[in-house]
Amino acid sequence: MDTFFQQVISGLATGGIYGSLALALVMIYQATDVVNYAQGEMAMFSTYLAWTMINAGLPYWVAFFATLVLAFVGGVVIERVVIRPVENAPVLTIVMVCIGLLVILRSIAGWIYSYIQKPFPSPFPQKPLQLGALILGAHDVGAIGVTLVVLVFLYVFFRYTPLGLAMRAAAQNPVSSRLVGIRVGWMLALGWGLAALVGAVGGMMVAPIVFLDPNMMAGILIYAFASATLGGFNSPGGAVVGGFIVGVVENLVGTYVKFIGTELKLTVALAMILIVLVVRPSGLFGRVAVHRV
Amino acid sequence: MGKGGRALALTVVLAGALTLPFVLSNFRLFQFTLVFIYSMALLGLNILTGYNGQISLGHSTFYAIGAYTTAIMIDKWTVPYGWTIPVAAILCLVIGVLFGIPAVRLEGLYLALATLALGLALPQILKYFEHWTGGSQGIVLSKPDAPFGLPLTPDQWLYFLSLGLLLLSMALASNLLRGRTGRAIVAIRDNAIAAEVMGINTTLYKSLTFGVSAAYTGVAGALSAITIAFVAPDAFDVFLSITFLVGIVVGGLASVPGVIFGALFIQFVPNYAQDISKAAPWAIYGTVLILMMYVMPRGVWGGLRLVFARLARRPAGTRTVS
Repeated sequence: MDTFFQQVISGLATGGIYGSLALALVMIYQATDVVNYAQGEMAMFSTYLAWTMINAGLPYWVAFFATLVLAFVGGVVIERVVIRPVENAPVLTIVMVCIGLLVILRSIAGWIYSYIQKPFPSPFPQKPLQLGALILGAHDVGAIGVTLVVLVFLYVFFRYTPLGLAMRAAAQNPVSSRLVGIRVGWMLALGWGLAALVGAVGGMMVAPIVFLDPNMMAGILIYAFASATLGGFNSPGGAVVGGFIVGVVENLVGTYVKFIGTELKLTVALAMILIVLVVRPSGLFGRVAVHRV
Repeated sequence: MGKGGRALALTVVLAGALTLPFVLSNFRLFQFTLVFIYSMALLGLNILTGYNGQISLGHSTFYAIGAYTTAIMIDKWTVPYGWTIPVAAILCLVIGVLFGIPAVRLEGLYLALATLALGLALPQILKYFEHWTGGSQGIVLSKPDAPFGLPLTPDQWLYFLSLGLLLLSMALASNLLRGRTGRAIVAIRDNAIAAEVMGINTTLYKSLTFGVSAAYTGVAGALSAITIAFVAPDAFDVFLSITFLVGIVVGGLASVPGVIFGALFIQFVPNYAQDISKAAPWAIYGTVLILMMYVMPRGVWGGLRLVFARLARRPAGTRTVS
């Protein structure tokens, strides 16, 4: 039974990271109807920036917040420069542009930082926490905490600030929003910035576990997609809950279903995505999208 | 370009292709053989993505299934390689249709997502069934000799085989896309609801298109296994799928001859870019992908047609139904 709880807790920890990336995906999707395939690579790149600063001698938390600022600016710039010209283009074009962005970021990271894995520090103490018979990694608990903090921050921002309201309005009804004086284009750019920021948090939380290298996000992105799909692509809270569920299921299946083990982990994510898309395409918490013909 | 001009150009290109094997070194010949094989894979993806509008980020899967079908049949059961190609085609057709049935319910982004997941998970699955696939070590084959005592080296023979199969598949694809079926496929891309109202069975056509597309790509995969004489899981990662996408975007979405330009691009550009840096090919792929989308969304072939149309003083776009 102890193994069970142990696996659930560490599943929640990785799930929190999937959840934060899924949250970033959902935010961009809600604001702009774009699924950002480069989300993982943007997070990876931000994490490299943090690594550079920490290596230059900055304290962890200074580097952490500096990275968030840089990621935000980077996200805004990418939206303005790369995505804006194809904003009203067909889905195919947007997918292609995002894929282009993905491979560019990956190759730039490989070019600058090489493809050798690098260790990334955790801000939390090394010593595991003892909770009765359970032993919890401090980093695991910290990652769950950070995810929840981000979620609360975003909830407050979107729910109680005028800017958050304007962003929601711009996403929901661009034409009317423009009529009441909201600068819709900039709201979209801000959305990308925020998503890049949330992604950067996820990247910095996952890097101590999987190590830093340009390919680190390939596997994680598919889990983030699974989380977002499970929670529903138009439900931010759902994305986080989906992340926790996916993390726990991944760990439990890996532990208890012998023929899957760790070797077919990605296949589990694939199966989850396919099952959700076929059985309930809108996800657990999403609304069914209705198109006017 | 009139009918005569087109026939002339075709003759010149074909004559060039037929003399290449006797003037090039074996390695160059191998590269051109791969160009034909990639062309066929791109043709498959283009039927699905370019003509039918279904985005696949996982076509490396079907390429891999084709390649492994051939490799396993030759390695385990010593089947003559010629017979493995139709088997790969049929198997990919069936799997493609099966995957296409749930895919029908998924629109643009979601389909891209599901296929991306498929492409990402594939290398793991291949490694898992070690008994059949040889795990990460892969399967080593040997290059076949030319049949019927033809005076050709194995490389020359494979070149002609690939060229022949490519021409055959291009002819089949043009035929398919020109007729009633082709119009239905394109109509679904342009407006699925309107197509349905016109009496087109979208479910049937979409899943069949998926199957046909997978079959083309599977044959290409089978040929690649024979030509490279080696298969290994890591050669079929999701970046192979992205390479295919780059190929059809460069060559021209929804164009049959364009795939050759796309294949030339994905075969030769990374080779030269590799000299700059290991990361350079992908930086170039990404940049080209985005730039093409901005300035030349119909690819090289679309661009060429536009130029010819201008030259012939015919209003551009009169024949861009494709």
